[in-house]
Order: sequence, then C-alpha cells, then structure tokens
Amino acid sequence: MTDGLLIEADGLGAVRGERILFSGLHLSLRPGEAIVLRGPNGSGKSTLLRLLAGLTAPAVGEVQPSGPHHWLGHRDGLKPYETPRQHLRHWARAWGSEADPEAVATEMGLSRPIDVPARLLSAGQRRRTALARLLLDERPIWLLDEPFTALDTNGRDLLTSLFVEHRRKGGGIIAALHGDALSETSREVVL
Amino acid sequence: MSSPAPIRAAFRQAIAEAWAGGAGALLPIGFFAGAAMLVPFTVGSEADQLAAIGTGVLWVALALASLVSMERLFQADLEDGTLELWAQEDCPLFLVAAAKILAHWTVSGLPLVLLTPLIGLTLQLPAEQLLPAMLAYGLGGLAFFLWGGVAGALAASVPRGGLLIALLALPLFIPTAIFGALAAEPGTVGPNLLFLAATTLFALAIAPFAASAALRLAVD
Repeated sequence: MTDGLLIEADGLGAVRGERILFSGLHLSLRPGEAIVLRGPNGSGKSTLLRLLAGLTAPAVGEVQPSGPHHWLGHRDGLKPYETPRQHLRHWARAWGSEADPEAVATEMGLSRPIDVPARLLSAGQRRRTALARLLLDERPIWLLDEPFTALDTNGRDLLTSLFVEHRRKGGGIIAALHGDALSETSREVVL
Repeated sequence: MSSPAPIRAAFRQAIAEAWAGGAGALLPIGFFAGAAMLVPFTVGSEADQLAAIGTGVLWVALALASLVSMERLFQADLEDGTLELWAQEDCPLFLVAAAKILAHWTVSGLPLVLLTPLIGLTLQLPAEQLLPAMLAYGLGGLAFFLWGGVAGALAASVPRGGLLIALLALPLFIPTAIFGALAAEPGTVGPNLLFLAATTLFALAIAPFAASAALRLAVD
C-alpha cells in the first residue's frame, strides 16, 4: 500500500437511460490523496462513486482497486430499530473488527444517543452513526457520497479531522462534495 | 474462502429485524393456524373427509403463508441502504441472501412445524402420522421460503410487489406441494418424504444464487 495506486479507473464510461453521463474518464488515487468530485446535480458524481465501489458495472472501461474500501452513500444503512451501539456492533462483527463500538460512537459524539433507535435519531445523528463505520475497520479507500450532508458545524469539523488522520496514515478519499470542504488540499474532478 | 463472520452477522441481523417488526414475524404463523382452524368448519368434521381434504388444504395454506412476509425481506434492506453495504462485502452475496432467508424461516417457518401437532388434532390425524407431517411441513416450508426469497429479491425494487412475488414463486412451489401432499397419504410416506426432501435440496442449491443475482440488479 505504500507505493502504487489505491484505485485506478481507466477509460470509464457510464450511461443512465439514453444519456451518456461521462466517458473516457481516467482517475487514480494515490495514498494520502483526496479527490473531490464536483459537478451539478445529475452530472454523474454518484454514478462514478458506485462504479468505483463495484455496485454498478461500467458501460465501458474498468476499475482496479488495490484493497478494500469503505462506502457511504445517500442512505445511511441504518435499520430503523437499530441503536448506534447495535449498528456498530453488527458491522464490527461482520467485518471481524476488534474496535469497541462504544469508543467509536463516543469519538463521533454519539455517547448520548448511543442507545436510541435510529428512527428516533436526527438526520445528523444518523449520519454520524454511518460515518462511525469508517472507524470500525481500517480500510485504505474511502468512497463517500456527500458525506457532510446533515452534519452540524461540530460534525463537519470532526469529519474534516477524520479525513486528515486517514490521509496521514496513507489512506485515500474520493468524495462527491458541494461547497468548499477539502478544497485547498485535494485534487478536483469536474463532471 | 471467506470467513463465516459476515454470514453469522447477517443471520443475526435478520432475526433481530424480524422481531423488531412487532407481530410481522408471526404473520405467517397466524395465517397458517387460521387456515387450519377453518378447515373443519368448511369441510365438515367427519374424520375420513377431513383426512382426505384437510392436509391438501393445509399445504395450500402453508404455501400462501410463506409468501405473506416476503415482500419486506429484501425491500427493507434496499431502502435503508443495508443492501448496498452487503453487496460490497468480500463474502459472496449468495451466502448473505441464504442467511437472511434461513433466518426468516427460523422465525416464521420453524414455528409452523411446532404447531403441526396442534393442527393434526383439529384434523383428527392419527398420532403415528404426526411425526411425518411435522417433517413434511418443515421440509416443504423451507423450500417455499427459499423460492419466496428469490421472488422477494426480484421484487425488492417494486413498490407493493406482493402480487409479483406470488406470480413468480407459486409455479416454483408445485413440485414441493405435490410431494408434500402425497407424503401425508398412508403407505407411501417414506418415498414421498424423500422426494419432498429432494425438492427442498434443489431449492437450497438454486435459490441463494438466484436471489443474489436479483439483488445485484436491485442495487445497481
């Protein structure tokens, strides 16, 4: 992981319905790097992330990841009945992670609502719970679709510091973003 | 080979979700028991008549009961984003699908088996037929849940896909229903139970792969 690319996409093209979203797209993520995907609504940012994550097969081109990734999509992936503690414990088990769900929740500022079912949590608290998954298991690649959505100022600062820490450890981030978060330290891909 | 941890987690999550849905998990059981209660009233309480028609009616009830909660099995995962996460795991999606279907059967299908002696009583089944009947409902129910799971996966992205699920799954139920009903006839219980078990094994071999292919399409 120290040399070489974390993820490489070559000649990537995507079609939605009758429309070509993008084609001939090259993208490579190096350790410690962050790539921000920008573009208006419907330009294909989410589709590109889904291609990189392997959720959608590309119309043309190929994606070569060098290791496992974390995914954060539009949907938080929480069950309505699940509390943050149960959610994090579940994925820690599934991933064979030794991380302590309670410590991770505390780090994400979720110590107060840790035993509240997701259907009673605010959108920001649900998002924090979803983001806490990133800390359960160390994975070199983070693929994030508008990760700042619903977060308050404190939550945004928290996430920004997680990005810094992840990159310091040689991880890479590809995120679809609006606004100017991450802008000074990252490369941009405009769709 | 991937580790069994994700499969165990998927199974556990599906059990928790079934119970968290309140009475949802009990719906197939209630449906089945309700049908069984009605049979003596509609067919008449004479023992030979009940024995002739009752078990056949119960197989129909079992088939329909196994479909009533299939709509939400994968749809909920698709809507809340859980399916996206499973689809990106290292462990094969067919194992996750199988774990979820088996968990669903454990919560909603296995109790049907335990209910069988009670139902046998209302149908005036001879005591020596109870054990084969339990075995038959257990095996047949598992096959029904497996095929129902495939239909549920195919209909995951269809709002109110209940009718679609029934249309997709019911034709696949036919072999199991035939041998299941035959296994209730005295004299041919043994061989028909074996055939019934064969249809269940067939479902077990095919359904998880079919369901995972359908889920990949749903998540795309």
